[in-house]
Amino acid sequence: MISMRRRVYASILAFTFAFSSLALTGCHGKTSRNEFIVPEEFDASRQFSITFWAKNDTNINQTNIYNQAIADFEELYPNIDVNLRLYTDYNKIYNDVITNIATDTTPNVCITYPDHIATYISGENTVVPLDNLFTDERYGLGGTEVLFDSPSVDEIVPEFLNECMINGTYYCMPYMRSTEALYINKTYVEALGFEVPDMVTWDYIWEVSNAATAKNPDGTFAVNGQQVLIPFIYKSSDNMMITMLRQLDAGYSDSSGNIEIFNDTTSSILHTIADEVAAGAFSTFTVSGYPGNFLNAGQCIFAVDSTAGSTWMGSEAPLSDIHESDVVDFETVVRPVPQFNIEEPRMISQGPSVCVFNKEDPQEVLAAWLFAQYLLTNDVQVAYAGTEGYVPVTSKAQESSEYQAYLNDPQQYDVKIAVTNMFLQNINNTFVTPVFNGSTSLRNAAAQLIDSTVKSVRRRETVDDAYISNLYSEVTALYRLDQLSWSKDSKTALGPLPKESKILLISLGVVWIGIGAYFATDLVKKRKKF
Amino acid sequence: MKTMKKLISIVAIAALALSVFACSNETAETVAETEAVASEYDAMSHAEYDAAEIDSEVTVLCTVMATQSWWDNKITVYAADADGAYFIYNMACSEEDAANLTAGTTILVTGYKSEWAGEIEIADATFEFTDVDGIAIAAVDLTADFADEDALLAHQNEYFTMTGLTVEAIGDNEEAFLYSYDGSGSQGDDLYFKVSNGDVSYTFTVESYLTGADTDVYQAVEGLNVGDTIDVAGYLYWYEGVNPHITSVTVR
Repeated sequence: MISMRRRVYASILAFTFAFSSLALTGCHGKTSRNEFIVPEEFDASRQFSITFWAKNDTNINQTNIYNQAIADFEELYPNIDVNLRLYTDYNKIYNDVITNIATDTTPNVCITYPDHIATYISGENTVVPLDNLFTDERYGLGGTEVLFDSPSVDEIVPEFLNECMINGTYYCMPYMRSTEALYINKTYVEALGFEVPDMVTWDYIWEVSNAATAKNPDGTFAVNGQQVLIPFIYKSSDNMMITMLRQLDAGYSDSSGNIEIFNDTTSSILHTIADEVAAGAFSTFTVSGYPGNFLNAGQCIFAVDSTAGSTWMGSEAPLSDIHESDVVDFETVVRPVPQFNIEEPRMISQGPSVCVFNKEDPQEVLAAWLFAQYLLTNDVQVAYAGTEGYVPVTSKAQESSEYQAYLNDPQQYDVKIAVTNMFLQNINNTFVTPVFNGSTSLRNAAAQLIDSTVKSVRRRETVDDAYISNLYSEVTALYRLDQLSWSKDSKTALGPLPKESKILLISLGVVWIGIGAYFATDLVKKRKKF
Repeated sequence: MKTMKKLISIVAIAALALSVFACSNETAETVAETEAVASEYDAMSHAEYDAAEIDSEVTVLCTVMATQSWWDNKITVYAADADGAYFIYNMACSEEDAANLTAGTTILVTGYKSEWAGEIEIADATFEFTDVDGIAIAAVDLTADFADEDALLAHQNEYFTMTGLTVEAIGDNEEAFLYSYDGSGSQGDDLYFKVSNGDVSYTFTVESYLTGADTDVYQAVEGLNVGDTIDVAGYLYWYEGVNPHITSVTVR
């Protein structure tokens, strides 16, 4: 099947910080909403219409599962209509949410990233804190009045749930989780005289990749006989930098939003990347294209991509962007992403979460919460996880007979099942990056450090310490990383009050003093009358 | 001196435009005039651009044919000179300048020749407006080359027409078009539809950042039926093969 995936526009990523800054500015002048309080009783006599903004991986099966979930939920709750709006890009959802916060037209339920929620919650009471809803005896997770078999909060995988806590409060629930996997053309690795170890190191990746650059006298690459070969391609440049830093226990950021990425370890990583690009061993998605397309065409040996992209990876992949005639036969094996220390493997945890937006009507919020909770039921979790290399976010779903049957189903694409099992075995080895208002910008900056280095080497620019120092300055300015400190403390963020505001506040104070004086005088007069 | 230089350029381009209008076949004279104007601006000819290595710096003088929607101080441009076309991806551009990047505007673009999934483009580009009058870009009829992908590749990014194509069923439900490549999208997303001519078929795209849901072409594709015979026009974009961005669809 020839398919077409839309090119990811890097500019969307860059767009986010500037846009969110504008939106936040708008929030200062906006009337804040009341804090949501869980109603004692859900009003089943009223009709509710809620909106659900969902993201899929440009995968029609995922769209179908959303539609089925809505139909099943509406059958249970005939007084709740769920209107689905589909997205295929997280950043487009993010931008639309920011726009709709300003106009008070947010969706009721939204698939999103915790990084994005960190921006949303800068508007007061915009996103519903879920702590009280989780534990509400009647309508909470596993609540007595919930009309479906809902998981308890204890049945959400703790590592995944912890990602949803921002400043000590849960603002979302995990919906699906994935990690990154190393997809390997084992046939070519062995042709080069190497074996594939159980855990792959960075040194191994560079060694094999460099060996693969050997050419025939006619200029073709010896290992594949083609004009094109990029031995190692990483899909997500930001994840690459973040993961390497985490594996080396080097700074990225802290939970308060202090930027730590510009350090000696980062510089060392960039020097290594520059060397490997110069050797023809490495490139990124942003610079060269989807790693899966190169892998399937025999033009790449190591491809790092999400486990949620597994159905595009391998010569037998059910989905492909390239002509069937361009696909070569090879054996695909999967491993965790390359490691610096195989005794302590580290890999990123990622994937969509779901949040509930606050509204004037608490009953409407409760209706939305019930639907959000429905997304964690086994039926939805098992079905959606099976569309790609996702894993369900609840132990209840993971341990269900349906999911176990899926994992053992020989009809499933073997690469998808392999990455899923790899992830399940390594959940304890996953990590997430700190979430704060601005963490999205830092992530984009991490990507640009790598992509700019790759481009510069290919363009025969000199990549040395001076280049890297200058790159740090450029990236800092582009993503305004030097201005992120304001977001750590909103009081600091707003700065001194404008003169007009001071005059207004002083005037209000004078008026209140005047009113107080009037009533005091009046009281004295009345007392005198007695 | 500078005024005289601009005047010469304007006259040359005007003559060039007339020649393009007068004759669809490129002539040696036209090429020479194009190169002369380009050299005034220290720009490459299209032949020099074609010969340039991937990842090398390029400078071209070109006329804007269309643009995708502007955002974040970047804009993607479909442009051409008399000898060929250029796809300029995410060119640095202020919102104010974007408003002036209308069809027919001639700009001097400097960037890096790049390749992404088979698409040859200019990346990380900057530009400046020129006083040079734009040339009229005539669509090249590629109907006869439909089955020859190599022949189409020679026209990559050009404004083209194809006539008498048949709309084929696409997707699991055998529809005439899909929102997103597999139907997983919704209105406003890119449209994908499949067309054939003889035994050969391609998937064509209505790129929503170029022609959104409120445009004639978007609505025309939403109205297609399997089996319709259509004429199309668009830009010959490439994504792992032929994947043009269609700007006009007419049902016969």
